[in-house]
Order: sequence, then structure tokens, then C-alpha cells
Amino acid sequence: MNAQNLPRWADIGLLPVLNILAALVVSGLIIALIGEDPFRAMGVMIKGAFVYKGALGYTLYYTTNFIFTGLAVAVAFHCAMFNIGGEGQAYMGGLGAGCAVLLADAILPGFLMIPFAVVFASLFGAVWALIPGWLQAVRGSHIVITTIMFNFIASTLIVALLAGPMMRDGQGAPETRPFAESAQMPYMHDLMAWFGIEAARTPLNISLFLALAAAVLVWFIIWRTRFGYAVRAMGFSPGAAEYAGMNSTRIIVLAMALSGALAGLMASNAVLGEPHKLVLNFTGGYGFTGIAVALMGRNHPIGIVLAALLFGALTQGGTELDFEFQTITRETVLVVQGLIILFSGALYYLFAPWVARVLNLTAKKEAAT
Amino acid sequence: MSDFLFQLLLTFDATLRVAAPLILCGMAGIFSERSGVIDIGLEGKMLAGAFAAAAAAVMTGSPWLGLFAAIGVSVCLSLLHGFACITHRGNQVISGLAINILASALTVTIGIALFKRGGNTPSLEQDMRFRPIEWPLAETLESVPLLGPIYSGVISGHNLLVYVALLAVPLSAWLLFRTSFGLRIRAVGESPEAVDSAGISVYVLRYKAVILAGILCGIAGAYLSIAHGGGFGREMSAGKGYIALAAVIFGKWRPVPTLMACLLFGFLDAATARLQGVELPIIGEAPTELMLALPYILTVVLLAGFIGKATPPKNIGEPYPKGK
Repeated sequence: MNAQNLPRWADIGLLPVLNILAALVVSGLIIALIGEDPFRAMGVMIKGAFVYKGALGYTLYYTTNFIFTGLAVAVAFHCAMFNIGGEGQAYMGGLGAGCAVLLADAILPGFLMIPFAVVFASLFGAVWALIPGWLQAVRGSHIVITTIMFNFIASTLIVALLAGPMMRDGQGAPETRPFAESAQMPYMHDLMAWFGIEAARTPLNISLFLALAAAVLVWFIIWRTRFGYAVRAMGFSPGAAEYAGMNSTRIIVLAMALSGALAGLMASNAVLGEPHKLVLNFTGGYGFTGIAVALMGRNHPIGIVLAALLFGALTQGGTELDFEFQTITRETVLVVQGLIILFSGALYYLFAPWVARVLNLTAKKEAAT
Repeated sequence: MSDFLFQLLLTFDATLRVAAPLILCGMAGIFSERSGVIDIGLEGKMLAGAFAAAAAAVMTGSPWLGLFAAIGVSVCLSLLHGFACITHRGNQVISGLAINILASALTVTIGIALFKRGGNTPSLEQDMRFRPIEWPLAETLESVPLLGPIYSGVISGHNLLVYVALLAVPLSAWLLFRTSFGLRIRAVGESPEAVDSAGISVYVLRYKAVILAGILCGIAGAYLSIAHGGGFGREMSAGKGYIALAAVIFGKWRPVPTLMACLLFGFLDAATARLQGVELPIIGEAPTELMLALPYILTVVLLAGFIGKATPPKNIGEPYPKGK
């Protein structure tokens, strides 16, 4: 047994755990190095993420964002496309949602307005991913570079729009007017109050259900449809897929569009769900975090939901660090995030030779007895 | 008209200032990518270098120690990149992305721990920085028509690192195209098997290339915080690493065309700053947002093959399995 063909349980169960542990140990060392107690920091983060009143609501609110962006990256990965542009696609999704709401929130009732805005968000996201996908498939333009460029183009475009035609009248801040109530995603605490359960007021809204539904849908599309089969075939071996008569351009473009639509859906949570207006930088780097989520979740919806929960807890727990410590802040959480990307992405097989050696030893012992 | 000329000279002067870090990172990108290693991490290495330079300059009072600290930190990140994607054959884009996120988070975290200023360093004293160098006779020659102002206004009066950036271009071109080391770097990015079968280590060559990239990014970082600026501010690299990456592609992985692309992007940036809110004849208010987005748009158009063809090194992004 060598490092490349570990048993399945070790490959998808043990290695990710070892990688996260490595990331946590290194982050702990860094925190200790700047003179704080890593275990206390961990305790504060866990309390901040799960224990305090309303903490869980915030954690799940962030989790919702990460499910969307993680799924987006994963779908593209299945097609062997590295979509590094989730950030820009989510931003454009926000623009789509914002346009839809500003146009129609005075006339449409809520049960029409919200789906309309959600569809617009996913359409805008899809278009923003579809163009790089098409350029890659037809013109051979490297998708990593084009999606990075599209992030910057989206960012400048939205700055220009928010400081210009979309800016709220009579205000100096680059943001739109607040949305009408018909365009606000129902809050979870309102929903639960309706069922007679009292919950703390948090930004958590029914987008969480949308995210979970998206996860199921992605699983179904990728593993249970012809199109999903084609996507995976294309990702596994483009030559073989084309030889089998699959249309590579169509598959790549559609997979990227699906990926972008998922990223765009983040706006249903981060625009329609909480601020109820389009503001600058509402994406907050969550599109990039989606890459970590997808890597950790091994591109499988179940893994992605779990990884999104971890990152949701890290994000919410990180805000708590600001209050409790002098020198560690929410940026420290970004260190953890960067290390997780490093270990579970670029150094995924770092521990594989050791795991293989241990497994070999135990196998030999068993054979001897 | 002379006022226009004066404005133009000022813009060219600013162009050089803006372009210097782009040029350094661009050369870094060329070395790394020519050897077959994608380098998304230019941004992070520059940012970490900027922080190290400012922190070391504040603590020691010497810009030179700042520069060395910047190079040291940036090379460390390069080695990490190499460890992940040369030794362990990890995904180069993911590794670069991790480096960028780590740099952005660690600079702020360590900055707060060291200086307690929200992630910024204290402002630097004049003697902790690389100061502008006035060239000989700059003032006397200023009165010479046309050439005088160009000499004294554009060429003279930059800090040392601007000239280092400009010198890095012919040096890189010479190294890449006139030495056997350069030949090997280019070969290892096109066809590592050939290099391997000639008995030359692919790994060592790629490590050398990423270390070179680290050195150049470190200088770029030092430029930002202790030469052009007077201290480190969080996220001060502000996407310049990505623009440099775009410039590398725009320059088709060649030093001189990359320099041109950096100057073009720098000029757009400098001109945008000047044209903010200015009414132009015919087009009305200057489209500054469009000008800011232009480097990115142009790069996409170029990559799409609508203006020339950008062909990357053949083996870029492919880890090389040893002993195959």
C-alpha cells in the first residue's frame, strides 16, 4: 500500500481530519507566539459560535453563505474547472437581486417578489460564470485568470453603479435604498414564533432551507442525471468524454453557469436576508472561503454542508474574539482559514505516506498473528 | 499647451511610481511561471514583504534591514509554495490562494500584536525610508526645452527601488534568454521530461525559479511600505499582485513586453487619479471606473485571443512526478 492508494475510509475520513488538526495546531502555535492562550481562544470561539443567546442563529446565517459558495466551487471542480470567481459571481448575484427588487418591490406581493429576486440573483451569477466558462471551452483562456479578472470587473462595476445610478437619493453612502418589506426573506425567528417557538432575533432566514435544497439538488444533478455524468466524465478525462460523443463546450459552459448560479444565490441570504439593501462588499470574501469549504468537503454536498457549518462557526466565533482579546481579532480566524486551504487543499497528501506506513505495519502484524 | 505638457510629465512621473511594484512582481511571475509553477501568490508575497519591511525598518531604523527582511519573508512564502506544489505536487492555484489569505491575515494579526495600531505600523521617519535620488545636474538641465523637464521631472528624483525595478527588466531578459540557467528554466516549463533526461533536477530548477520570484516580490513589498509609502497599512497591496499577473499574461511571459504592460496599467492608474471628476472635451466626465477596470478587461480580451494570442508555457500548472 502506498500513499496514493489508501483505503477509502482513510482517504476521505482520516486525511481531512489530520489536515484540519494540522491547521488548528499551527494556528494555535501562532496564537501562542503572539502571547495569547490558544485554548482560551478556542473556548471563546465555541461559546461565541454556539452557546450565547442568538449565537447559533448567526452561525447558521454564515453557514448559509458558505453552503452556496462551497457548492458553486464544487460543481465547477467536478468539471475540472477551477472557479476562483465565486466572489464576483456572488457580487453580481447581489446586483441581480438588487435590480429586481428596485424595479418591482412596489408592485409585486412578497410571494412573487422574493422568487423573482432569487431567480435574478442566480441568473446574474450564472452569466458572470458562463462567460469565463465559454472563453475556456471555446478560446482556451485559462479559467483561473479570467475568473480572477471577472472578480475585479464585477467589483468596479458595482462600485460605479452604487455610487451612481443605484445610489439612494439624497444620501452620501454608496448603497441602494432599503427594500420594501415584500422583498425581505422571512426571518427564521419570525417563522418559529409562528409555530409558537420563541427564538432570539438573528439574521438567520429561510435562505438556509434554500441552501440545503440546493445541496440536495447538486447531489441529484451530479450523481443521478445524464448531465451530471457528463460533467464528471469531462472532469475526469476530457479526451475520453469527447471521444464518447459528449459536447465539451456545452458541458463546460452549463457546469460553469450552474456554478455561478449557486454563487449568485448567496445574495438571497446576504442581500434579501439581512441588510435588505445592496451595499458595498457584502460578499466579504465568502466566495473565496467557498474554495476552502469545497476542498474540505471533498466536493460532496454532505461534506460541504458540514464544512460550511465549521466555517460558519469560525466566522461567528471570530467576531467574539474581538470583544474578549486585545491582540487577536477576527483576522486571526482568516489565518485558520488560510491554513485549512493550505493543508486540505495544496498539501492534501502530506500525511498520506505516514498513514500508509502505519496501516502497513498494522497489516503486517495482523498477518503475523 | 505647455500646461498640458506639464500635466503629461507629471502623469508619466506618477506612472513610474505606480508601475514599479507591478514591474517587480511581473518579473517574479515570469520566472515562476516560465518554470511551470503558477504564481497566484504574488499578491500575498508582496503584502507580507511590505509588512516585514516596515516592521523591520521601525525596529532597527534602517531601510536596508527592512529590505532584507522583506526579501526573507517573501522567500519563505515562496519556499512554502514550492514545498506544497513542487515537493508535494499540490495544486498550485490553491497553494497560491492559501498564501494570499495567510499573508493578508497574518500581517494584520502580527501587526496588532507588535504595534497595537489596528494592523498598521507606525509611520516611518525619513531616514528609515529609501529617499528620492536627485540625479546630477537635474536642476541645471531643467531649463533645456523638452528634454530638460523629462530628465529632471520623470527620470530623476525617484527612490532607489524604482531604478531597481527598471533594471530588473533587462537583467531578467538577459538571465532568461542569454544564460544556460535561463534556458533550463524555460525548458523546465515547456518539457520537464527533457530536462530530467538531460540529468538536471526539475525540482531544484523550479525551486530556484520560485526563490527568484520571492526575492523580486519582497523588493516590491519593501517598495510599497518603506520607499513609496511611509509605513505599512493593512491590505496595502490592494490587488497589485493580480494586476502584475495580468501584465505577465499581457506581456506573453516576456520581460520587455511585460514591462510595457506594467507601464500601460500604471499609466491608466495614474491618469485615473488625475482625471477624477474632470470634464473632458467630447466624452464629458472622465470614465474613471472604466479606466480602473480596463487592465482586467484588456487581459480577458487578450486571453480570449481577440488581440494576439497569449500562449502560456506548455507545462504550466503540472506538478512533475519524480522518478517516473
